[in-house]
Amino acid sequence: MAATQVVRSEWTKIRSVASTVWTLSLAAVVTIALGMLISLLSKNEFDTMSRQDRLSFDPTFISFAGMSLGQLAMIVFGVLVVSNEYSTGMIRTSLAAVPQRGTFLFSKIAVATGLAFVVALATSFVAFFLGQAMLGSHRASIGDPGVLRAVIGGGLYMTLIAVFSMGVATMLRSPMLSLGILMPFFFLISAILGNVDATKKIGRYLPDQAGNKIMQVVTPVDDDTPYGPWGGLGIMVLWVVVAVAGGYALLKKRDA
Amino acid sequence: MIELEGLTKRYGEKMAVNHLTFAVRPGIVTGFLGPNGAGKSTTMRMMLGLDRPTAGDVRIDGQHYDRLKDPLKYIGALLDAKGMHGGRSAFNHLLCLAQSNGIPRSRVHEVLDTVGLTAVARKKAKGFSLGMGQRLGIAGALLGDPRILMFDEPVNGLDPEGIHWIRNLMKSLAAQGRTVFVSSHLMSEMALTADHLVVIGQGRLLADTSMADFIQRNSRSYVRIRSPQRERLLDVLYGAGITVVETDGGTLEVDGGKPERIGELAAQHQIVLHELSPQQASLEEAFMRLTAESVEYHAHADPSLADPSLAGTPSPSAPPPPSGGQGRQAWGSDWKKG
Repeated sequence: MAATQVVRSEWTKIRSVASTVWTLSLAAVVTIALGMLISLLSKNEFDTMSRQDRLSFDPTFISFAGMSLGQLAMIVFGVLVVSNEYSTGMIRTSLAAVPQRGTFLFSKIAVATGLAFVVALATSFVAFFLGQAMLGSHRASIGDPGVLRAVIGGGLYMTLIAVFSMGVATMLRSPMLSLGILMPFFFLISAILGNVDATKKIGRYLPDQAGNKIMQVVTPVDDDTPYGPWGGLGIMVLWVVVAVAGGYALLKKRDA
Repeated sequence: MIELEGLTKRYGEKMAVNHLTFAVRPGIVTGFLGPNGAGKSTTMRMMLGLDRPTAGDVRIDGQHYDRLKDPLKYIGALLDAKGMHGGRSAFNHLLCLAQSNGIPRSRVHEVLDTVGLTAVARKKAKGFSLGMGQRLGIAGALLGDPRILMFDEPVNGLDPEGIHWIRNLMKSLAAQGRTVFVSSHLMSEMALTADHLVVIGQGRLLADTSMADFIQRNSRSYVRIRSPQRERLLDVLYGAGITVVETDGGTLEVDGGKPERIGELAAQHQIVLHELSPQQASLEEAFMRLTAESVEYHAHADPSLADPSLAGTPSPSAPPPPSGGQGRQAWGSDWKKG
């Protein structure tokens, strides 16, 4: 079984269902539009900000503010790519065609990750440039130190969110269960844990909290995060590896 | 050629498939028969490496399924008609399967044509009727031009024309020298298509026999009698050493009996007969008796699992014995040896 055959097959699968198009376009549109809106609001508020807030003002990071919502569409993309197989019964047909379950899963994840990365990277660049345009005189330039890293990092962050969701969906199989856990986790629980002082130290090791450090260019004044941008991304990658490995282990062991 | 050896699947306490050993040979249609819940689908899933056996082994042409390179070229299977993403077009469904096994795109058009779905190739599968879905599933099974084909309940939900088509398709595939393995819970369906029969009940092998043999052994002949003087007739027949079975409808049946002898006995004792007719039991009935045996056997271990609807007809009534030498006990033990 040549892996290239399976990759080609997975590409046919992913391009031939509507959910791919609408989840990825929604992720791009929401991230960009909300980023522009928040950039515009931030520009208007800059003059009324405290000194400390001005020192922490990070125009690059602000233009990515839409990702907090846009990532939810990325989660839906990642979940559906995997759980569609289970909810439709296609999984049996798929595994009968490709009984090497590792080849099957990793080809699927590779194709979906590749596609997500292209969309996420484009989204990140567009969100940056349009966001900066909204920020007017407070804007950052792509040539400034750390900015290019943050923009590419934005693409990596959204991609990793999708891959993490794929891993979780492989473990849970059901789309409703996967979304029911991932959506509130990333939209609510992680944010709450990260903002309450008592849980902050744990919260910042969660995948999204750690991962979005890569998009920061200006370190907030009172920031005591013990890792840098790449360290944070590394923590997120660890989460993703664990989720995918867990999915693989279960897929390998379970009856289809 | 598919070979099973001691294949066993246990879900918790329940033995879904219990030590199955048989081989499916090329060139003929092998029917895989059993009542619903007998373990047919579980067995088929294990053949395809989808479910892991608790014990035992299945080999496809001597190899384990997951060792096959491009398995669709060895074995094509229709498991259930819903094994596809409804949002994907028929063409793309087949294309992704073809690509995963290195099968050329042109073959997708060929199989669509074979199953008669060319006109709807670009339509989404969720708009398909059950019969069309079944055809698409069969197209997927034929995709790799495999030597072995496996169909799980292929006629389910098909209209008469579709059923006719499937029967002919299976026969022609076998005639080409391929191995055709098809499951059903309908004996009548198998009688029309299968050359060989594998019967299971409660996950156990009940019979592994040629269709011709099965028909010969199981076309039970008996004499049906109706009489307004039933009690007297019963006494007379018992007196003559003839075993009688009373049916629900109030008629009497004598296994393997000669109508002449019964008629003469009745005449001798001046008993009025309303009916005296030689009968042949249907294969469906034979199949139900065979599988009822497995249900009955199970009932001793766990009465709650006994299913009265599967009990064979005619039902024996007092006084015993329920049937003659060709009765249930003899049948069950015979088949189990086979």
